[in-house]
Amino acid sequence: MNIYADFLIIFILLINLIILSSSRIRVCIKLMAVQGVLVALTPFIIPHSVATEVVIASVLNIILKGMVFPWLLFRVLQDVNIRREVEPVGGYPFSLLLGVAFFVMSFWLDSYLVYSRSVFSNLAVPVAFSTFLTGVFIIVSRMKALTQIIGYLILENGIYFFGSILLGEQSLLVELAILLDVFVAVFVMGIAIFHINREFDHIDTHKLSELKDYVNPQEDV
Amino acid sequence: MIMKIAQFILILMVSPFLFGVINRTKAFFAGRKGAPLFQLYYDIAKLLRKSAVYSASTTWVFIAGPIVSLSAIIVASLIIPFAGCSSIISFEGDLVLFFYLLGLARFFTCLAALDTGSSFEGMGASREVQFAVFAEPALFMNLAALAQLTGKSSLTEIFSSSQIHYWASYGPLLFLALFALFIVFLAENSRIPVDDPNTHLELTMVHEVMVLDHGGVDFAYILYGAAIKFWILGSLLTGIIFKGSSYGWGVDTIIFILLMVLLAVVVGVVESTMSRLRLLKVPHYLLVALSLSLIAFIISLR
Repeated sequence: MNIYADFLIIFILLINLIILSSSRIRVCIKLMAVQGVLVALTPFIIPHSVATEVVIASVLNIILKGMVFPWLLFRVLQDVNIRREVEPVGGYPFSLLLGVAFFVMSFWLDSYLVYSRSVFSNLAVPVAFSTFLTGVFIIVSRMKALTQIIGYLILENGIYFFGSILLGEQSLLVELAILLDVFVAVFVMGIAIFHINREFDHIDTHKLSELKDYVNPQEDV
Repeated sequence: MIMKIAQFILILMVSPFLFGVINRTKAFFAGRKGAPLFQLYYDIAKLLRKSAVYSASTTWVFIAGPIVSLSAIIVASLIIPFAGCSSIISFEGDLVLFFYLLGLARFFTCLAALDTGSSFEGMGASREVQFAVFAEPALFMNLAALAQLTGKSSLTEIFSSSQIHYWASYGPLLFLALFALFIVFLAENSRIPVDDPNTHLELTMVHEVMVLDHGGVDFAYILYGAAIKFWILGSLLTGIIFKGSSYGWGVDTIIFILLMVLLAVVVGVVESTMSRLRLLKVPHYLLVALSLSLIAFIISLR
């Protein structure tokens, strides 16, 4: 068993738990970036030869997730002038325990899967699964649009992690296309949040669902 | 057997010293000179010479509280292994007895606090029990993970087995267990992120408020019990780090005591650099320990 790989995987899992239980958006963005870099480093700890494409994909991942996304999100954070997430559904302790429950569930799922090639650590796939689930849960449970972007990026981290531990060699083209999609998505979401905030003075998504076409009260006689 | 008894006497003698080390570390950070390293010994000696005063509203429970909790903690210290050697009492499943002895000590401390009839002490007891609800499962889960990893169910066998010191392959699990254990260790000993041992403000005391009405000999028992509890929970931590060298019993014992002193210094550093958590945040803090222990347990099932 590769001890460094195991430590790296456990850190990815712990970052999930910290993000689930932290209310400070600044901390969440930083940790999301660290997780993105850790995930991008996984191909190098797997004991097989590293192809040039993998190196390019990893470097691009580190640049995008480790620098560009945090920079973008920090700018949005500065513009919308919020520091904390409001209390999510069920509260933070519940989210934390749910994070552990996701890990248990991922172990259970993992025991039913048959892999075509051997996985370098028996923790890797469960942690990848629980990273997806964490991302999805953050998107569902958090109120601020900014935290939902973080959830989306954690989901992407999980998918990239899953791909890099199971596939070994990925098509560079597909990888770049996904990265471009994520980049555009985060960029657009950042701009959208900025405009929503300027128009409505908040970015609470549960209030956004009440938006409807503007009806002029004078005409409505 | 002589070595085991010598170890037991060492635990009884050395444990109050660690509190002196903590206070010195805190004094160093605050730029003070600090109390003597043996201050707790002087305090206990002074209190033992005094007689206790009992309020008219208390019953025998109040008198029994400190005695029962101190004796439960001393019996628990018989189960704890020392420097990789076996403990005096050791049998299959003794870790459950260990937990229940600590639980008994806490139960009687709370009961004695409630027996005074003071609403103030009742509040302290309620807080203590509320935190214990979160701290005890975390500690239990933690040792369950170690028991599952080693396949043994007695503390001596767990801490002398080879798996628990084999960081090269069980590193992540041991790291998680150690970290969670440290969090619970601070909470159980009423140290700073959970409870401030120096505070005497009504609204913030947890452990201190429960023992306010005890005086003289009873209070000496409580202070001494706290010191031994610090030692036995701390030796779970150092037991994971240190497995015993091949240089013989004497060297092992000295290294182990030095590690305990180092742990006391670490606690002192934590106390000087961290601020206390809000009371409402404490369950969340202890849930972190529980989650880490649960993850360690799940990994150990593999």
